[in-house]
Amino acid sequence: MTNSDANIAERASRKAQRKTTPVYLRTVWAIVWKDLAAELRSRELISSMLVFAILVIFIFNFALELDARARFNVTSGVLWVTFAFAGTLGLNRSMAMEKDRGCLDGLLLAPVDRSAIFLGKALSNLFFMLIVEAIVLPVYSLLYNINLLHPGLIAVVLLGSVGYVTVGTLLSSMAVQTRTRDVLLPILLFPIVLPLFIAAVKVSAGFLQGLDMSEIWPWLNLIIVFDLIFSAVAIMVFDYVVEE
Amino acid sequence: MEAKPRLLTILDGVTVVMLIIATGMVFFYAPVEAVMGLVQKVFYFHVAAGWVGMLSFLVAAGAGIAYLWKGNRKWDVVGMASVELGLVFAFINVVTGSIWARPIWNAWWTWDPRLTTATIMLLIYAAYLMLRSGIEDPDRRARFGAIYAILGFLSVPLTFLSARLFRGIHPVVIGSNQPGAEGQFDMTALMLQTFLFSLLTFTIIFIDLLWHRIRLGRLQDRIEQMKLELNL
Repeated sequence: MTNSDANIAERASRKAQRKTTPVYLRTVWAIVWKDLAAELRSRELISSMLVFAILVIFIFNFALELDARARFNVTSGVLWVTFAFAGTLGLNRSMAMEKDRGCLDGLLLAPVDRSAIFLGKALSNLFFMLIVEAIVLPVYSLLYNINLLHPGLIAVVLLGSVGYVTVGTLLSSMAVQTRTRDVLLPILLFPIVLPLFIAAVKVSAGFLQGLDMSEIWPWLNLIIVFDLIFSAVAIMVFDYVVEE
Repeated sequence: MEAKPRLLTILDGVTVVMLIIATGMVFFYAPVEAVMGLVQKVFYFHVAAGWVGMLSFLVAAGAGIAYLWKGNRKWDVVGMASVELGLVFAFINVVTGSIWARPIWNAWWTWDPRLTTATIMLLIYAAYLMLRSGIEDPDRRARFGAIYAILGFLSVPLTFLSARLFRGIHPVVIGSNQPGAEGQFDMTALMLQTFLFSLLTFTIIFIDLLWHRIRLGRLQDRIEQMKLELNL
């Protein structure tokens, strides 16, 4: 009797588990979808990030005199500085949108796991960042007659963006709740993502200069470790960021 | 008003005496290094300050975890106190290092892993203080401070690792003998004793100041509460 009870209970809990997984994913997807729909209508986030990114490249062009030899050395650095600056712009905007007219409070009222909200925001931020990068890379290739569409480079842009956006989403959700707001985000974010940044520049330069994989792997590993550690920690502590 | 604990007064005295002895040992007990001369004496307090800077970073991250876990205000006071002290000691570390580097490396600054890491640590501390100063609600200020202390503590070793994958010229006096380091030297027994005593002294200074700062933080909290009560 007790045995069969236990069996039923176990089966029920397993059933519940099977049910909760899709609910979680559906929550994440709902938040991503909301952000994409809002962006599709306003187009203010991606367009401002994109224009800003192109401007940064133009400023670099004249600041560093990107002739053929200089370009060979600094292209990866220029790219990552551009992504980092454009990224903070997008992260700030994306969180300011939530703070505006209490959208975030509405999200938090929903009876869902808070980490799903974080993942949803992080994924949509990642999506915006990747779109900007997907446009900047060919534009840069075109402007400087250099082929940046190398599979290795695309992989590192993807991996680097994951880490950057994860930490960025967490910190921007903190920064938006302070008095200084958007000014604070780069000050909080850049010292934390510095190791990721160093490694990403190194790996990108390695691929562009055709270095041996054995020289690239240590840096690539560093990026992967960074992504894993900070994704885990960000998901764990997000609850405390939005707690009231 | 809580009175100053007896033990703290005693610790104050011990700290002062130890600092005087340590200074005396640096100048009169430890021999002058053969190649670098007098400027090498900066080493004793330089490393000790760096050690305390890192220790306070660790304490701040530990206090952050404890605060998020237990939600007790006292951990927030510990974290804040630790970051403030860490900022001071890390700054002493960087400045004394520069004083040493000018004659030895012929430059105030190089992009060595240790230098980079120490300075990033300073910047993270500074960002921590800016984050806190921008938040009115004490509860939220404590939570955000805790989170940022943890994130910073996780990021700093990775910064060190990535900067070391570049190249380094900073001497590693303790442990391995690294070829190519500029300003490398072997410690004699007297130097080692002086060095260890400096480490101990700075650790005691840290504990003493941390205690004072925590007490100050607690008193500040009390004043806030009293003001609130008066307003009611």
